Amino acid sequence: MSTVKLTVNGKAVAVDVEDRTLLVQLLRDHLNLTGTHVGCDTSQCGACVVHMDGRAVKSCTMLAGQADGANVTTIEGIAKGDELHPMQAAFRDNHGLQCGYCTPGMIMSAIDIVHRHGGQLDEATVRTELEGNICRCTGYHNIVKAVLDAAGRMKVSQAAE
Amino acid sequence: MGVEGIGARVVRKEDKRFITGKGRFVDDIKLTGMTHAYFIRSPHAHAKVKKIDSSAALKMPGVVAVLTGQQLVDDKVGNLICGWAITSKDGSPMKMGAWPAMAPETVRFVGQAIAVVIADSKNLARDAAEAVVVDYEELPAVADMHAAIKPGAPQLHPEAPGNQVYDWVIGDEGAVNAAFSKAANVVKLDVTNNRLAPNAMEPRAAIADYDTAEEHFTLYTTSQNPHVARLVLSAFYNIAPEHKLRVIAPDVGGGFGSKIFIYPEEMVALWASKKVGRPVKWTGDRTEAFLTDAHGRDHITHAEMAFDANNKIIGLKVKTYANFGAYMSLFSSSVPTYLYATLLSGQYNIPAIHAEVIGVYTNTTPVDAYRGAGRPEASYLIERLMETAARQLNVDPAQLRRTNFITQFPHQTPVIMAYDTGDFNASLDAAMKAIDYAGFPARKAKAKADGKLRGIGVSCYIEACGIAPSKAVGSLGAGVGLWESAEVRVNPVGTIEILTGSHSHGQGHETTFCQLVAERLGVPISQVSIVHGDTDKVQFGMGTYGSRSAAVGLTAILKAMEKMESKAKKIAAHALEASEADIVIENGEFKVTGTDKAIALPMVALAAYTAHNLPDGMEPGLKESAFYDPTNFTFPAGAYICELEVDPGTGKTSFVNFVAADDFGRLINPMIVEGQVHGGLVQGIGQALLEHAIYDANGQPVTASFMDYAMPRADDVPSFNLSHTTTLCPGNPLGIKGCGEAGAIGASAAVINAITDAIGKNNLEMPATPDRVWRTIHAA
Repeated sequence: MSTVKLTVNGKAVAVDVEDRTLLVQLLRDHLNLTGTHVGCDTSQCGACVVHMDGRAVKSCTMLAGQADGANVTTIEGIAKGDELHPMQAAFRDNHGLQCGYCTPGMIMSAIDIVHRHGGQLDEATVRTELEGNICRCTGYHNIVKAVLDAAGRMKVSQAAE
Repeated sequence: MGVEGIGARVVRKEDKRFITGKGRFVDDIKLTGMTHAYFIRSPHAHAKVKKIDSSAALKMPGVVAVLTGQQLVDDKVGNLICGWAITSKDGSPMKMGAWPAMAPETVRFVGQAIAVVIADSKNLARDAAEAVVVDYEELPAVADMHAAIKPGAPQLHPEAPGNQVYDWVIGDEGAVNAAFSKAANVVKLDVTNNRLAPNAMEPRAAIADYDTAEEHFTLYTTSQNPHVARLVLSAFYNIAPEHKLRVIAPDVGGGFGSKIFIYPEEMVALWASKKVGRPVKWTGDRTEAFLTDAHGRDHITHAEMAFDANNKIIGLKVKTYANFGAYMSLFSSSVPTYLYATLLSGQYNIPAIHAEVIGVYTNTTPVDAYRGAGRPEASYLIERLMETAARQLNVDPAQLRRTNFITQFPHQTPVIMAYDTGDFNASLDAAMKAIDYAGFPARKAKAKADGKLRGIGVSCYIEACGIAPSKAVGSLGAGVGLWESAEVRVNPVGTIEILTGSHSHGQGHETTFCQLVAERLGVPISQVSIVHGDTDKVQFGMGTYGSRSAAVGLTAILKAMEKMESKAKKIAAHALEASEADIVIENGEFKVTGTDKAIALPMVALAAYTAHNLPDGMEPGLKESAFYDPTNFTFPAGAYICELEVDPGTGKTSFVNFVAADDFGRLINPMIVEGQVHGGLVQGIGQALLEHAIYDANGQPVTASFMDYAMPRADDVPSFNLSHTTTLCPGNPLGIKGCGEAGAIGASAAVINAITDAIGKNNLEMPATPDRVWRTIHAA
């Protein structure tokens, strides 16, 4: 057993876990943050994507201990109170989700994509960048639309800040 | 249409919880004292289980129990069932091998459970499973269908000599032979419909909780049809009587057919929770999904189509081998028979059809309904045949289709189905216009100059949805009726709850079903909630599959609404001292037509519940229910056209354009309908280009993770150009046909027709991987 200390969605936490505990298990089983999902166990589907120190990571393929000292943001931590993150709003407005299972990972990956590319996003880039997130429901059409829409919204909100 | 009524692109009510991480899936649920199950599964495709030694595992920390298949037998838990009886051409019933939830003696596919470890955590259960020693005696296995039916092949079930499930026929063989004898041209085709793994993104999961005081079970499960699950668990598996078993299917992360069936794991979890006296949770991982979720498709077919001198089809004969895997899953028997062969007429006037379907056992994962279920196999076959015929007869493929389209409705096909309405020319026109079909030769020539092979492929699909009239399916062997139920509860304050037997696992029912209420009553959808997925809350219902929830489920809601409105109008008329016939419902008010007299819905509801001033003899309350049994299948149809380029140097396919023109009858929420089509198209494209569940000759699965099985990803597929043509379905009052499966049914033929057009060779199997396309291009 080890104590892992990290910040999750702005709150400092210390959690005693078995050394083999994965970051996703720490989030789901110990912190009850069940918005982060497990879809494949092999780092392929991206349902488990969270942000660690501002970058998208697959939490099913990291030990919880590797997040010691890190700042982790999950799907539960991106809205400001009742105000949705622009990516969340864009997924809703563009019907970018159906069953909702891949959605948290999609949204977290998509935010990271926009951050890394700034305003330089086009459909082909979004599709290439989403390669690590699998959705079985939407056929990606509306997810791609949502990401492009959100990229515009995020630029506007950044400019306003 | 109001802003939230029928036809409005209303943003989904359910989205907020999913985009904020507040969805409630089975694995998100924790119960006090909960244990965790880990199944011990056969690594062999065929073997005798000689001995299971769990003594070491039982001594490990946190291990509660190790339970085996023999204990299931001892406790008289029933075997899994198949709910649709099919009769072979010789009159004999289908040959069903016994399928215990955990095998006490013989395993017949890799991944079949033989025992389960129950422990305090999933990790501890997994550790202990490693310590259980199983002694197997390997038996010869067979995974290939043709090998399985050869004399001397390993035999799976003593009940099924020759590994044959059934040999079933449909149609008039004499009429077909007569047609072929006078044919001007005969077109022949062999096709394989590749085996697929359904891969809903949420792996299956179950939590079982036994209440010793009440002798009552609660099961949380990933189900498309919780009432059917309860019925089967109760009536056939002897788990508990129905009133002592509550089944809850909360948020479910996709189904695509694979979550219709009642699997061994939820049965065992229920049984184990009583045995260990604590709740038992099982959550599958992705490899377990590949090994145990019912697969889809897997047909090998030879077909011949006869044409007269005017290129009119005069006959069709089909022989299909359908792989069932090692056991008959719940509705598996119906898929290659009544859901497949009854659609072999496609969109065409074919006077004589005969089909023979031979079901085959192999040492592979069981096969059952997967998005489309039989209809994609039929559509793929017919549309490959039409394209092949156009090439052989040297006519334009679109024109050959037009020459043979059914244009008069209703139309009785020779294979049971009676198409009620449609306009196949209209959808083909729309698709051809959208893709600029006439401009294709010029685009092809330009691509050729750039060193690319460009192709165009048409697919005109039809499906039978709105499943289904109970009497009709009963006469064909179904063990259930396929109606749907609904209940409308108007609360005393005027808010409304709709309780439905349909289940939403991505389809957006919480929004679309509210839109019907908004349309009829003029109330905002925020005042309406949809209750589903809980057998304690909702009366018996049949669930969601076969694109039935709008055509059947929503019609049931409409029927209940009509009853409720009728009573509410009486109450309003009484309060307003008007004639009931003069009451109209507008904007949430009951108005006396032609006057300014009105009473708001909440006041009507309150009057119904206070019951101080109701018409004489009227019962208090405002709640009505209905059971709706459809009068016919519905027949969504459409035209898909794919334009793509093949790189002759690599065999890689790149999409140029993909257009879809669908006729789904009336659309409730076009935004949601489009989403259903997008998703279906990508499953069809996935089958055509990427996906294949592969076994080696000994029955070892080769593709049991996302690292080996090629799921379509965002960069594998294009954006789509969708349009709709509309003929209203005459079979239900809303005119709805259903849209859930169309994409998966129509897309794969369009893709393969386009690739074979591009490369100029007709024989290409799915998935058309670059390697396979390259080899086909360069084959002698």
